[in-house]
Order: sequence, then structure tokens, then C-alpha cells
Amino acid sequence: MIVIEKLTRNFGPIAAVSGIDLNVAKGEVLGFLGPNGAGKSTTMKMIAGYLTPTSGRVSICGHDVETDTIAAQTALGYLPEGAPAYGDMTPRHFLKFVAEVRGFRGKEAKRRAAEATARTELDPVLDQPIETLSKGFKRRVGLAQAILHDPPVLVMDEPTDGLDPNQKHSVRQLIRQMAPEKAIIVSTHLLEEVDAICTRAVIIDRGRIVADGTPANLLARSRHHNAVTLTLPGRQADTAAAMLRRQPGIAAVDIVSRNDEMATLTAFPKANELIIERVSQVAVFEHWDVRELYAEAGRLDDVFRSITTPDAERLRERAAA
Amino acid sequence: MRQVFAIFKREFAAYFATPVAYVFIVIFLLAMGAFTFYIGHFYDNGAANLGVFFGYHPWLYLFLVPAVGMRLWAEERRLGTMELLLTLPVPVWASVAGKFLAAWAFTGVALLLTFPIWVTVNYLGNPDNGVILAGYAGSFLMAGAYLAISAAISATTTSQVIAFVVSVVVCFLFTIAGAPLVLDVFQAWAPVVLVNTISGFSFLTHFQAISSGVIDLRDLIYFGSLIVLFLMVNVVVVDLKKSN
Repeated sequence: MIVIEKLTRNFGPIAAVSGIDLNVAKGEVLGFLGPNGAGKSTTMKMIAGYLTPTSGRVSICGHDVETDTIAAQTALGYLPEGAPAYGDMTPRHFLKFVAEVRGFRGKEAKRRAAEATARTELDPVLDQPIETLSKGFKRRVGLAQAILHDPPVLVMDEPTDGLDPNQKHSVRQLIRQMAPEKAIIVSTHLLEEVDAICTRAVIIDRGRIVADGTPANLLARSRHHNAVTLTLPGRQADTAAAMLRRQPGIAAVDIVSRNDEMATLTAFPKANELIIERVSQVAVFEHWDVRELYAEAGRLDDVFRSITTPDAERLRERAAA
Repeated sequence: MRQVFAIFKREFAAYFATPVAYVFIVIFLLAMGAFTFYIGHFYDNGAANLGVFFGYHPWLYLFLVPAVGMRLWAEERRLGTMELLLTLPVPVWASVAGKFLAAWAFTGVALLLTFPIWVTVNYLGNPDNGVILAGYAGSFLMAGAYLAISAAISATTTSQVIAFVVSVVVCFLFTIAGAPLVLDVFQAWAPVVLVNTISGFSFLTHFQAISSGVIDLRDLIYFGSLIVLFLMVNVVVVDLKKSN
């Protein structure tokens, strides 16, 4: 439903997005990840028809965004970065305005606005000016506006930014409910969010896609994938670490933390090895006083850090260019 | 058309959602009164017409209309709502038209509220109400022209202050295009045709014709086409900003 081909966007000499190809099908929730300035928002703005690509094309439900803009935008629900809305309006008037601009009249407009209000739980603030609302409510006004016309394609730039854990939960719930019927792109900094709602994760860095797979795929690329972490008394830490390092299948052992009482160790497997069984056997055999012992699925922030470029480095390169 | 109306309604309401509208209208009316009665010596003229009153309109509009127009796009751009507006399925021309019409209607409201002066001349004497009506129509058209210029300039910047200052300067040049200040620059070297064309762009000349009761089609076309031209510039500027 969303087809992106060789999408490129330059700002002067800087290439914000260079040659992105992406297809998103109905039922997919694509998590769009990447460091700040990697090109996430720029890409989303091009999908929404706010920025014109330098080259390449985007189509939504078969409508080219550049040449058939209105049809493409009709099929799209878009939450821009920071969820902008007219501050002097109340959510009630704002949603009515969006409904009218989207071509709904009278009763239908009211029904759409009411439904979006209910789905985003905006009722308590319907008649307060938007500029007086908390960040969480403002974000939800933006969400309500994006889903009001029940679009087949949803693009949301950081939908849960600034929400408290309860609000995050309800927004994720909402996205999950809508997911089967729509093609959704969500950008986020929160790696846990990818785990929670996305069927697919794409990481972009310096305007290029550097990873694309299911969250489980990505986790498998983590150093922590199938690693084993155990907690035991501090005095046993050094012997335990030495003993584990000698085991076949174990590539490395880190002492993650230690104090007088307790220490936490993580043992990393060699490629494709499962080591939890061996570690637990050794622990029993050596009579370590193990308090915790668990295998890790992997950590997305590992993967994220290993394949993206830190800010400082990127800025240096940019300055050099 | 429906979309133009939806945007018109939103924009028009936006003026009244803040004190801006009321402050503007009060200042507009006070300034009109002050110019007409104190500087223009309305009573001392002893004439039952509104020539003095209309005479000051170009100069008041010069500052007041850019103040109405400056927020139209600059504010949207600064607050990020521009992204929202341009990603709704609305053609750019419809947004431009809706916004312009709302601001124009607002200046129209301010202009209508000067009706006590019309009541006054009718009470004091027997003015030619046709001429007065023509004056109001001309004044409204001229306000539209000032506004179209201000709106187009507002689209080029995120700063309302810049939008205001630049609009005042551009509007000023259009106002006095027929005056020596402008013409002298060209007279020395430019061909007569060009000088005449430039002087033909003067708001003052065209407005004076209308407000004296002579409704010449050419004057109407002049203001009308100026409005259309600058609205088109406005559309182009908004479009350009997408790729810039």
C-alpha cells in the first residue's frame, strides 16, 4: 500500500535521505528507527507530500504523491513530528475542521469526529483550547486528526513521544487494534516500542536503510542474543568468570556490575551456540549461590548502536563535506 | 469550494479567538476618526461628502492591512501547522483562497464598522450616497490588493515581523508608484512607456478615481488582477517551499 522507490532528498550539499526503497503492505506495522537526523522525519514528510523529493517516488494505494497528491493524501492519515495543531481551537472545533476539509458533511462529520475522540480518549478536554492542553493530550489530538477518516495508510512521526506509560500503553493498544486493516509506519526512538507493536523494523542511518527485518531478526543480530546473565555473591565472581570463560561455546564473559555483596555476569555465546544449559550445569556443579539466571533474547539498543553512527561523528563528516 | 469555505471559517474564527481582532478594529476605527476629523478637518470643509475620509484610506491600509496579513502563513510555518495543512487533501490554491478571503472579510468587517461616519454626513447634509458606496467598494478592493501582497510575502518567512516590514515597504511602493519619489528614479533614463506603466501601478491614482464616484472598469480590473496575481504568487511561493 505504500511503495517507496529510490527516494532521495538533498538539503543543499547534505543528503538527508539517499535512495530509500521500501514497501509496506496491509497488516504491517513498520517501526522506523534511527538516530536523530538520520532522515526519518524527512522521509515521512515526503510520504505525506509535504516535502518534494529530490528524486525517486512515493505512492500511496497506487497514487503517486507528487503527481496525484490529493488522492494520495486522501488515503493517508499523517501525524507530523511534534503533533502540530491550531492552538487557538478546541479539539472539538479542530476535529470538525479536519472532518470538513476532508469532505465530510453535517452528521457524518460529527460522527467521524466523535469516533476519533472516543478512540483517543479526548472527551475530558474537548472544549479546552489546544494550546492549554498537556503534551499527552496534544499528541492525542494529533492522533485523532490522523485517524478521523479511517485511512488505509497511517504514517505517524513519534506518536508516543512525551506520553506517560499509561498513555503510551493506550496509544499502542490503539495502533494494535487498527493494524490488521491498515499499512502503518511509526517512527520512534523507543526500542521497546518496536518490540511492543511492530511486525517489522527498519533502521535508517545517514539517509540509508541499514537494517530491515522482524524485531526478532534484529534481536538475533545483538551481541546479547542468547547470552546468559547470572547474579551471584561478589566473592564468587572472579572464579565464576574464569571458569565460564573456559567452557566450550562461550566467547566471552563480562562482569557487568559488582559490589561487596552481589555481582552480575554475562556470558556471551559463540555464533549459533546455546549456552544456558551448560552455564546452569556449571553453576550447580560448582555450588555457586546463584540468585538469578536467565537467557537474553537480545537487546535492540545493541543492534541500534552497532549499526548506526553517533551524532558527533555524523556532524564531523557533515562539516567536512 | 467546500474546502475553501472550511478554511475560510477556521481562519475567520481565528481572528476573533484572540484579542487581535478587537485590538485591530478599535485601532482602525480610532485612526480613521483621528485622520478624518483632526487632520482632515472634516467639519471645517463644510462639504457633505466623504472625500476626506476616503483620502486617508490608502495610508491607513499601508500599515493596518499588512498587520492583518502578516500572520496568514508566517505563523503556520513557525508553529508547524503548515505541515498539517499541506498534508490534508486540499489543493494549495484552496488554502490560499480560503485564508485570503477570511482576512479580506475581516478587513471588510472593520470597514463596515465605520458606518457612523456615513450616518453623520447623511444627518448633516445631503451627500451623494452613490459616490459614498463607490468609495466603500473601492476602499474594500484596495484593501484586498494590499492584503494579497501581504499574504504572498507572509508565505516567504517564518517571522511575522519580517513579513510585516517587507509588506509595508512593498505596499508603499505600490501606493506611490505615480508620485515623483518613484518616477524620478526612472524618468531620467527609462522610456516614457515604462514610466507611464509604472505610474499606472499607483494605488492612489486608481483609488482616487473610484472614490470620487467614477467607477471605471479599468480601475476595477486593475485591483482585481493585482489580487489574482499576488494570490498566484502566493500559491507558487507555498509550492516552492515544499521543494526547498
